[in-house]
Amino acid sequence: MLGVALLVFREVLEAALIVTVVAAATRGVPRRGVFVGGGIALGVLGAVVVAVCMGFIAGSLGGVGQEVFQASVLLAAVVMIGWHVTWMSSHGKEMVVRMREVTDSVRAGSSSIVILLAVVALAVLREGSEVVLFVYGMAAGGAGKLGIVAGVPLGLAGGVVVGFALYLGLLRIPIRHFFTATNWMLVVLAAGLASSAAGFLLQANLLPTLGDQLWDTSGLLANGSIIGQAVHVLTGYEARPAGMQLVFWCVTFATLVLGMRAVAKRHALRARAVHHEPRCSGTRATSGSAATSSNATAT
Amino acid sequence: MRSTLVLLAALTLAAAPAGSAVAAAAAAGAGEPPEVALIIRNHRFEPATLTVPANTPFKVKVTNRDTEPSEFESTDFNREKIVLPGGTITVFVGPLKPGQYRFYDDFHQSTGQGVLIAR
Repeated sequence: MLGVALLVFREVLEAALIVTVVAAATRGVPRRGVFVGGGIALGVLGAVVVAVCMGFIAGSLGGVGQEVFQASVLLAAVVMIGWHVTWMSSHGKEMVVRMREVTDSVRAGSSSIVILLAVVALAVLREGSEVVLFVYGMAAGGAGKLGIVAGVPLGLAGGVVVGFALYLGLLRIPIRHFFTATNWMLVVLAAGLASSAAGFLLQANLLPTLGDQLWDTSGLLANGSIIGQAVHVLTGYEARPAGMQLVFWCVTFATLVLGMRAVAKRHALRARAVHHEPRCSGTRATSGSAATSSNATAT
Repeated sequence: MRSTLVLLAALTLAAAPAGSAVAAAAAAGAGEPPEVALIIRNHRFEPATLTVPANTPFKVKVTNRDTEPSEFESTDFNREKIVLPGGTITVFVGPLKPGQYRFYDDFHQSTGQGVLIAR
């Protein structure tokens, strides 16, 4: 039973951490709960479909179907997060310049939240499909019913509890730094997902490794440990990274940061041209809005 | 909005080598890396210890002879792939520095344990 619980916990933990960062990044957006919940529900549905179709996926593309599928899901999430953070940076800067009210930023969040719903769904789908296959195997193998009936909910609860703990921890960040913090977390998360995607493409020999083990910090923090796994999910940490993974991480990080800055700058210039007003650089929104999302990153 | 599209284009470009590499890998044939084979039976690896060449890429072929799905996984050499009942998968690994690298069946960790020795 504990073995079942531990495996489910590890898979749920990965999805829960991503869902948590997304939930934090959309704080204050109306009906956010519906979107996050909808994303999770879609993800669970998708997980079952993926598990059922695993035979087809595994057999396609000359045996590298699994890797291409995983890499595609990861890169799709990277693109969506990239879309969200740049979108928010344009809006955030605009907000600061024009000193609009909270409602506008909330509306901005609502438009972008559909994209983050998809990120949640993809995260749940990826990890969930493994849980479905595992539980199916346990059931088919005639493993103790108790193990499944008690282990799965226990692991699920454990993962969800860690997700909530992280969320409560994030809520302690002062509100004027909050969205800057969650935006940076999303950028680092996206870079990590891109690095993981590169890992799958290396496994399928679709990319050169550019050096398989650039360094080895497994003595410091092993990927096999729970902490190592959590840090891996949130940042893409690898104890023994391949060169290509590092390239994917850095390219994604640089692209998102430069994209955010370019978009924010352009919007600031346009807003200034329209209003013929000096920039009110000292002004910050103080309530639960996304207005401050990219203050720091956009300057 | 245009900037967002530019960003998307940049990301797509970053991902593009993946697509072109599919074709390249399909075309590749000569100079295939050496291959080692594993069988999963009764949720155990046979053999449980594999010796592989160090500092050179190689392939691990895993065949699942059980009736339940398994997942061949290693956090030591960063690989994970599901092996369906009766199915065979291949993963490319390395080049690894000399040393010992643990791998396991993620779905049956109490029995499915093995070690790669690179030398």
